[in-house]
Amino acid sequence: MGSDAVSGGRRARPVIAMLLPLLLAGCGDGGKAATGKLMLTGSSTVAPLALEIAKRYEADHPGVRIDVQTGGSSRGITDARSGVADIGMVSRALKPDESDLVAHAIAHDGIAIIVHASNPVTGLSADQIRAIYRGQVATWQAVGGPKRPITVVNKAEGRSTLELFLLHFGLASTQIHASVVIGDNEQGIKTVAGNPGAIGYVSVGAAEYAATHEVAIRLLPLDGIPASTATVKDGSFPLSRPLNLVTRGQPQGLAGDFIAYARSAAVHDRVRSLYFVPLD
Amino acid sequence: MSTPGRSSPPDGDAALRAVTGLAARLSGTVVVGIALFVLWQAWPALQAVGPLRFVTDAGWHPLAQPAQFNLLPMLVASVAVTLGAMLLAGPLGLFTAIFMTDYAPPALARLLRGVVELLAGVPSVVYGLWGLVTLVPLLAAWQPPGASLLAGILVLALMILPTMVLASHAAIAGVAAEHRLTVAALGFSCAGSLWGVLLPAARAGLCGALLLSTTRALGETMAMLMVTGNVARMPDSLFAPARTLTANIALELAYAMDRHRAALFVGGLLLTALVLALVRLARGLGCAWRHA
Repeated sequence: MGSDAVSGGRRARPVIAMLLPLLLAGCGDGGKAATGKLMLTGSSTVAPLALEIAKRYEADHPGVRIDVQTGGSSRGITDARSGVADIGMVSRALKPDESDLVAHAIAHDGIAIIVHASNPVTGLSADQIRAIYRGQVATWQAVGGPKRPITVVNKAEGRSTLELFLLHFGLASTQIHASVVIGDNEQGIKTVAGNPGAIGYVSVGAAEYAATHEVAIRLLPLDGIPASTATVKDGSFPLSRPLNLVTRGQPQGLAGDFIAYARSAAVHDRVRSLYFVPLD
Repeated sequence: MSTPGRSSPPDGDAALRAVTGLAARLSGTVVVGIALFVLWQAWPALQAVGPLRFVTDAGWHPLAQPAQFNLLPMLVASVAVTLGAMLLAGPLGLFTAIFMTDYAPPALARLLRGVVELLAGVPSVVYGLWGLVTLVPLLAAWQPPGASLLAGILVLALMILPTMVLASHAAIAGVAAEHRLTVAALGFSCAGSLWGVLLPAARAGLCGALLLSTTRALGETMAMLMVTGNVARMPDSLFAPARTLTANIALELAYAMDRHRAALFVGGLLLTALVLALVRLARGLGCAWRHA
């Protein structure tokens, strides 16, 4: 994330935490590493997912308290290094100069470029997408499509999808000339489905679900690679990134147990509900 | 317009007086508390950025380097959709109410009232969804991108119409029966009695109806977020996308931190000031809430 600023912490401490263990008694490994406190800081993209996983983990382990605080990926790196946080949250792959840390992917985040299902354009180059989003190309005719104005659908500021999109195409938010600005994925999908001239981008998970459920949108391939949860999962889709938990050295004890849980199939439903792509 | 004397109520009223007084104080405190909270949250941005930049910056890019904080396009959009919706729904609502009280057969009036009440009960997100999947695509086929000031005005007009109809209906129907009998006895025509007596007599209530509809329009968030396009640029035509102050807060608050967050609260402050100004204006135009 761009900002290093520290925001208020949020603590996962559901009331049902006291009741759930009774229901779930006997399943899971509640015996070991059952008490303690964990501190997670970093990326605001990873934070909502980490918070959901933490809630569920706390419900299974009544003695455990997990704090999740946002402040950007760079804060996640800094805090994991300094030991301020037990686990850092980082929404990108680690850089070469961060090899002192160990990354544990918990999900993938990918972005699909979407157009209306009736749009005959089958693919756009990165340069064409840049030109469209800068407002330099204003009709589909200029990129091999019909004579129809392009409606550029962009995301609101602060969203991680916008950030990844800008980063990938090397654009600044001030350069973008949008016709419609949307909040969540669902609004973006409905906007594109209702306008034959629209182009937008949303999370791959949400776009794939809509396109396979009779919503009038189509996912455009990028650099010849089809946009799908499968290509995001295998790492071949270019507009994607891993969502990582990072630790200084191999995690021990409670941190190790929590990371193993966050990477397990037990949390895949939470991963999907936030439109991220689960690990296999 | 004289106020009845309030000196020394009988003893039996003491309890009621205490309860109502407490309720009034509580309501007042909550309103003032909210206003103070918004000011408190907006303060860091007002200090760090300075109030002037919220109207003079080149645009709204709170996360760019350097950040830009111009709220003026959103203020204009909020005022424009409200004004447009009032121009449509105001006369439409007033005439519907007049038809219901003075012209429609009782059965039709009851049916109309039922329909309007139904319309009033529809949640705003449903209007927004209808706008997004039906109205915006229709407009997009005519004047792309479809999501625009006009879409906002049309949806908003539909949403405040029930408020306008029901409140004006109550105001007109509340005109004393003796006024009606008098004008009938004097041989006024229907139109004459309407313009000359009934509407002036109902003026305070009608002003209330207008004010209530206008503030509801200004505050509408979800539906505007879904149909106006949310582009934070000064709209230059009815078909241009626009972002209202309320939509700006709803769009960005969940992901905003620090100065960005405080800047959104400045937008809230601006909206509060706008509503206050509107109430003052209504007072100045001779709209009094208390009706003699």
